[in-house]
Amino acid sequence: MAVAYELDPTFGRVVQGRSGVPILRCYFCQKCTAGCPVAYAMDYKPAQIVRLVQLGQKDAVLSSTAIWLCVGCETCGTRCPNQIRLAPMFDALRYMALEGGYKPEPSVYALHRSFLDSIRLWGRVHELSMLMQYKLRSRDLFSDLMMGIGLILKGKISFLPERIRGVSQVRKLYETGSSEVER
Amino acid sequence: MRFAYYPGCTIGTTAIEFGLSTDAVCEALGVELVELEDWNCCGASSAHSLDHELSLRLPARNVALAQGTGLDVVTSCPACYQHVLAADLRLREDKAWRREMEEMLGFTYDGQERTRHLLEVLSTPELIEKVRQRTTHPLKGLRVVSYYGCVLVRPPEITGWDDPEHPVRMDLLMEAIGAEVVDWSYKVDCCGASLALSRSDVVITLSTRLAQAAKDAGADVIACACGMCQINLDTRQALEEKVPVLYFTELMGIAFGLPGVEKWLKKHTVDPRPVLRERGILP
Repeated sequence: MAVAYELDPTFGRVVQGRSGVPILRCYFCQKCTAGCPVAYAMDYKPAQIVRLVQLGQKDAVLSSTAIWLCVGCETCGTRCPNQIRLAPMFDALRYMALEGGYKPEPSVYALHRSFLDSIRLWGRVHELSMLMQYKLRSRDLFSDLMMGIGLILKGKISFLPERIRGVSQVRKLYETGSSEVER
Repeated sequence: MRFAYYPGCTIGTTAIEFGLSTDAVCEALGVELVELEDWNCCGASSAHSLDHELSLRLPARNVALAQGTGLDVVTSCPACYQHVLAADLRLREDKAWRREMEEMLGFTYDGQERTRHLLEVLSTPELIEKVRQRTTHPLKGLRVVSYYGCVLVRPPEITGWDDPEHPVRMDLLMEAIGAEVVDWSYKVDCCGASLALSRSDVVITLSTRLAQAAKDAGADVIACACGMCQINLDTRQALEEKVPVLYFTELMGIAFGLPGVEKWLKKHTVDPRPVLRERGILP
């Protein structure tokens, strides 16, 4: 399928500035892709994302699933001969995708939102209520149900959350100016 | 030896056996852990996925809580460790941000307290000698692979206490308790981490590959140092005959002959007790 993507010649420099990572140094040895544990599940591989960023292919990059699948394991950054850390680059690309109204990978986004809501509410993550919120958000109610029950029976998931005393301080930390976490 | 202790959210829940065995082993070694008062979640993968500033502010509060104690902060969770380190680094280097955080959280940053991972602390030459002396029930004949996962030794610019591609300090600790350390190529390969629920297919693939590789190397068990690695491998490996995954502190507790071992081992999804009995390590 041929897709016309918008070209933005400033994109590479913007991503480089935003992430603090010298992306324009990449000479495409593809070591990052070779070592990436999740590359097999990505639409564009890590090295391809770097190349697309260099080439100003903003739409292709910000609408890719790859930017939501990077788990930040830092394998690529550790091995890069040009000291390019891709994990902070992927972080910056996710922020730009959200700000630009590009659709995130729904389940990954739903989990992160539910997780951050839980911290704002309690100061720590309360797994059970966080998971319930995630299930409602992602509209995927029944997957992993048996596993969850197993963990509850082993006493590894607590029913009642604990709120830390400094929760108001934690809520203040959420006022970062980012619409993603403030709403 | 005293440390401020930042346990992290999973230590009382999904990684409860990590928490219990950490407490017991540290007590046995005379390592005192003083829990940080009123600590908060570090933001884990979710904060840095959606908001960079928040991902540094949340762990900065924990750095703030440790100021003035004069104690290095020890954490058992590699994600907490990585995020607290990153926040500490920014407090150290970015003066404007430091002032902003000091004002917001009401503390003074003195930069005396370093952040360290539990494995780093327990695998110094001094502690390894102590571990050797304390070992009353050596894990003779138990074949162990050490599994570090992703961010415990990466990025090396901020961790720096073990080799990022071929770390060995967990091996040294396992040798000290009498286990037979088996070499394998997957020590620092990621388990899929936070995709556990949102893309469980990825985590199933990665965890199964890791468990299979451990088996191919001839390992009886996998030793790990991360609550996320442990639960992913323990619950997601899709093998017929599964490989038990134990925290390195649990194996130490067994070798020290500590009471409570049975209670930790019961928490696992893949029960490690049969293979431990087979090797004559548990009665």
